[in-house]
Parts: sequence; C-alpha cells; structure tokens
Amino acid sequence: MERVSFDLAKTPLREVNTYLHQQLVADDHRHVEVLNPDGAHNIAVGLDQPVTVEIHGHAGYYAGGMNKKATVVVHGSVGTGVAENMMSGKVHVKGFASNGAGATAHGGLLVIEGDAGLRCGISLKGGNIVVGGSVGSFSAFMAQAGRMVICGNAGDALGDSLYEAVIYIRGEPKSLGADARFEPMTDADYTAVGELLREAGLDHDPKTFKRIASARSLYHWNADANQEY
Amino acid sequence: MDMKPVHIKRRSTEESASFDRRIIDYIQNAAAHGLYEIRGLGAKRHVPHFDDLLFLAGSMSRYPLEGYREKCVTKTILGTRFAKKPIELDIPITIAGMSFGALSANVKEALGRAATEMGTSTTTGDGGMTQEERGSSKTLVYQCLPSRYGFNPDDLRKADAIEVVIGQGAKPGGGGMLLGQKVNPRVAKMRTLPEGVDQRSACRHPDWTGPDDLAIKIQELREMTDWEKPIYVKVGATRTFNDVKLAVHSGADVVVVDGMQGGTAATQTCFIEHVGIPTLAAVRQAVDALEDLDMKGKVQLIVSGGIRTGADVAKALAMGADAVAIGQGVLFALGCNSETYIRDEQHYSALDAYDALGTAPGFCHHCHTGKCPVGVTTQDAELEQRLQPMVGARRVRNYLKTLNMELTTIARACGKQNVHHLEREDLVSLTVEAAAMSGIPLAGTNWVPGR
Repeated sequence: MERVSFDLAKTPLREVNTYLHQQLVADDHRHVEVLNPDGAHNIAVGLDQPVTVEIHGHAGYYAGGMNKKATVVVHGSVGTGVAENMMSGKVHVKGFASNGAGATAHGGLLVIEGDAGLRCGISLKGGNIVVGGSVGSFSAFMAQAGRMVICGNAGDALGDSLYEAVIYIRGEPKSLGADARFEPMTDADYTAVGELLREAGLDHDPKTFKRIASARSLYHWNADANQEY
Repeated sequence: MDMKPVHIKRRSTEESASFDRRIIDYIQNAAAHGLYEIRGLGAKRHVPHFDDLLFLAGSMSRYPLEGYREKCVTKTILGTRFAKKPIELDIPITIAGMSFGALSANVKEALGRAATEMGTSTTTGDGGMTQEERGSSKTLVYQCLPSRYGFNPDDLRKADAIEVVIGQGAKPGGGGMLLGQKVNPRVAKMRTLPEGVDQRSACRHPDWTGPDDLAIKIQELREMTDWEKPIYVKVGATRTFNDVKLAVHSGADVVVVDGMQGGTAATQTCFIEHVGIPTLAAVRQAVDALEDLDMKGKVQLIVSGGIRTGADVAKALAMGADAVAIGQGVLFALGCNSETYIRDEQHYSALDAYDALGTAPGFCHHCHTGKCPVGVTTQDAELEQRLQPMVGARRVRNYLKTLNMELTTIARACGKQNVHHLEREDLVSLTVEAAAMSGIPLAGTNWVPGR
C-alpha cells in the first residue's frame, strides 16, 4: 500500500480530486496525504473507494462531501458542510467544524473532536455524528434518521421538527425545538452511545448521556399545532 | 272592488365585490378547519401572459420562409459556459422537474420515453432519481433541492446535468410538501421518511446560505463530477433581475426562471395565488439581467411557468429564452382533467373518481390527495394503473411534437431559419399591462409604459 502526497500550494485542487476519483485505485494507492490545504474548499469530495485521505491543515467548505467508503481525516478545522450528504465511510475532524456539519448524511460516521457550529446534522438521513464538544443552534433540524452524539452542550432549538433521528447529549441544550422531547435511555441506547464513542475514540461514560427524540406530534397536519409547522 | 296593495316579494341578489361567494366559501372553510387549504397545479387567477403578445410576421418589409419547404432549426445547446459536456437537444422544449412521489413511477417512465423520442430532456424532482426515469430518459437533469431527499453521489454521476433548485414559481420561498396519502412504502424509503407522514420539507438548502456560498456549492458539484456536467440554477420568479444576476455570479451554466403560473403537487393556495410574479414579467427581467452582465448566449435561460402552446414557446424564445420547460402542460397531455382514462386502447369513465374528490373534469387540482382520477399524480397501486407508460409516452410525444411544429410555423412566418433567431422585434403587446411587463411596445405604437 503505497502513499501518495499532494501539495495544494503547488497542485490545483481539480487535479487532486480528479486523481482521487479516477486514478487512485488503478495506481494501487490507498493512502493519500494532502499538504498545505490552506482552507481550500471541496477537498476530497465525491470519494468512492476504501482509501484514506489525510488533510494536514485547515479545510474550507464541504471537506469530504458526499463521501462513500473512504476515510477522510482532517488534522485541523473545517468550514461549512463537512461530510455533507455522506453515504458511508468516515470523516474525522481533529479540530472544529463550522455550520451544517454532516448535513443530510445518509450513512457513515462523522467525528468532530472540537465544537460544531449552527445546524449540525441538519436533515440527517441515516448517518451518525459524534461531536466531542458542543453544537450550535438548530442542530439536527428536521433530522430524519441516524444518530447524533453530543458530548458537550447544544444551542437553541435542538432537534426541531425531528423525524426518526435520535440525539444523545451529555450536557444541556439551551432549548429544545418544536416536537423534540427528552426520553428515557434504554439499554439499547447506552450500547449505541458506547459504540459510537468508541468508534470516535472518545472516552465518556454512556450513562452520562440523555436521549432526545421526536414526540411525533407534527407528523400529520392538525389545526391545534398552530405555528409549530 | 277590493283594492288591497300588492306586495311584490323582492329578492336581493347584489353580490359584494370584496366578499363574493368565493371569498365567503374560503372564510367558512377556514372557520370549519382551522388550517389553510392545500392544493395542486398552479395559479388560477388571471395574470398578464404570453396570450397578451402577438407576432408580427413577414410581409413586405420582412420576408417569410416557405412553411413546409424551408429549413427551420430547433437544435438547442445548454450549458456551454463551464461544463465539458453541454446538453444538446433537438427541440427547445424540455420537461420540467416533477418528483416521483408527486407523480407515479409509470408517469416518470412515460415522460422519459416521450422526451427521449423527441430528443429533449426530462428532470427528476424532490424525491430522487428512479430507475424507471433514468432508464427511459436519454437526457436526464438531476435536481439538488433543499430537502435532498434521495440525493446521492451515484445518481449525481449518472445524471446528464444538475439543477440546483432555489425556488419554484408556484411557491417561491416555500419548501416541498407531500401529504401522507402519497408517502407509500417506496416513496417513504426513497425519502428516508416514516410511511404515511405528511411530509413538509425545508425551504432553504441545508449546507449553504446566499450566493457566495452557492458559488462554493456549485464548485463542489463540479468537483464531484470532474467538471463534466452543466449546472442549472432554478429560481421562482420574484426579484428576477437580481436573482438571475446572482445565479450567474454563483457560476451557473444555465438559469431556469419559473413564473407564478408554474405548478406544484401540493402547496398552500395562498402561496400559489399570491406569491411571485407572472412569467411574462420574469422573462424580461431575466433577459435584462443577462444582457446587463453581457452574459446573453453565454449563460442559457430556460423559462417555465404556464407554457402551454407552440405560440407560448415562440414568444418565450423571441423574448430571449433559450428553451422552455413544461410541467402542467405534459400532465394535461397525459390525461389530467380528462373525463376518461385509457387502458388497452379503450376509454373508461373517470367521473366517479372526480365526484369522490368533490370536483369535475376541467376543475380538478387535487394532486395533493394522491387520488388522481386518471392515475397521473398518485401513488395508489390501483389508480396508477390508469396511466400506462406507453400510452402516456405517445400522448406526451404528440403534444411536444405539436408544440414544436407550431413553434417552427411561427418562426418561418417571421422569416427565421432557426427558432433561436426569433427576437423581441417580432413581437407586439396587446395590452398596456403586457407592454409594461414585457417591455414590448403596445401593438400599433412604439409605446412602452414607463419609457
């Protein structure tokens, strides 16, 4: 398994992404290093092979976007929409993430060791997200499926208009969104949190987490819901 | 003789202009339900439209082409700005984005077949790409919507073009809606939703805010697909002049402008009737924006929202559009609002089904219920059998063919060897309103209100 390295200070991003899409496996390279990302957007988007891409520095928007099968590690912080619409694989951010982290992810695991900004896990569709720190307001807005583990606190309106996604939080949300409610933790919940924390490499006691899920009172139109829709 | 006074019984029947029967019905319906009305299709109110424009054909000062003999090109190329593989269509008439979910799988297949036969494109919708439509469509445009239901990189790579949907003419600023009756197991699975849920979706994209972000998002989609596919940006017509400029700034190859007459599968009636501007006004603003940026011909313009006839297509092109997209027109071609549905060459009455919805052919807008009497806008296993893909494909193909023949008839009469040579000079306005909105002088004058 050979390593290959790209220096974004010298090679245009388009060449790097095209290589990752078309040439990587043919060359039998399974481990790619990206140097000097300098906050560039769209690094390692659209991967579709079981390879590892390590980004040494900060990345801009959509790092590891729409990932499938690959592991993307960012040794730094990321901008908006990291791992957006991920299908499978893993995106691991060692630093912090901006808004919309893991938005609409259908699968895979997104790990953010630091804090995440607004709307983390918005419209989540089956992916898993573990945040070592806290998340901003409107996180898990309209999240449909998947799980979010928040080791710190959350901003306002956590889990607003949730469908079937489940949130586990260790700290406190500033407020819950419409139709979100705390529910008792079951053994299955403790196991799930334990497994996700282990995969993320974070060491917390699952017993310290609380469960938030949908009360399902907005699933069908009804006149008494007023402006909640 | 008894001279009793005669009392003529007088019945007062003066209807209020402000509170007519329609409004009284609306108020009483609101009072009964405490919830706004949701319905399908587009605005029913009268607005200035392409009907308010007329063509000045050839005569002494201009030279017409021989109607059936001389060539009139309809070939249309979209996405020439950045994409390595622009879209090449045989006709400038495309099929607008409509979801599997709103429409049955049979209908999506029929649309794909018809579009392929006519050498044009069809478009996915808010619910992802089905195998039926990918399989049957030679050229398929894949929508990227705020909800991202069913959105995935594999289908993105299978698409021929990508359309980032910011808004829709029927409901600019509103999110998608699909009522529980239509969220059957297949639709639910594709959208990752619980079965039977009254689905309401976000109106803003989850991972970008504003035109500068959109520029990065578009770059992501290009990086994903190695800069091959054209990227369209679709806006509902509101502040069209500014919106088109911002879409161009964001890096769109093609801008799609959908006027307020555009349809929907389900939206609040107040939205359909009271939000957005007419297509006629939107086309002019969009063309002004492209000309202002010196991008006319570099970024292509697709116009939709109430395009019905070949004359409408010709007028849109003359005003500066490169192509049109049709949604409701093709639904009517499939049999929407028809008294009968066709199975094995036989017509069967659908009147009972209209009656059950409390409506009649010609008035039905009950797409939102999923109980479409002719099997077009339904997910019901029995009703969807009322539209067979091959029958639907033939009807839509015939409709598109007719439009294209009408378009070339008008273009030839105006002396054009290519439908894209139609120009504003070929048009006049029939009403003061149309002249003001379209910037095209009132017939017989050189007057445009405000100029």
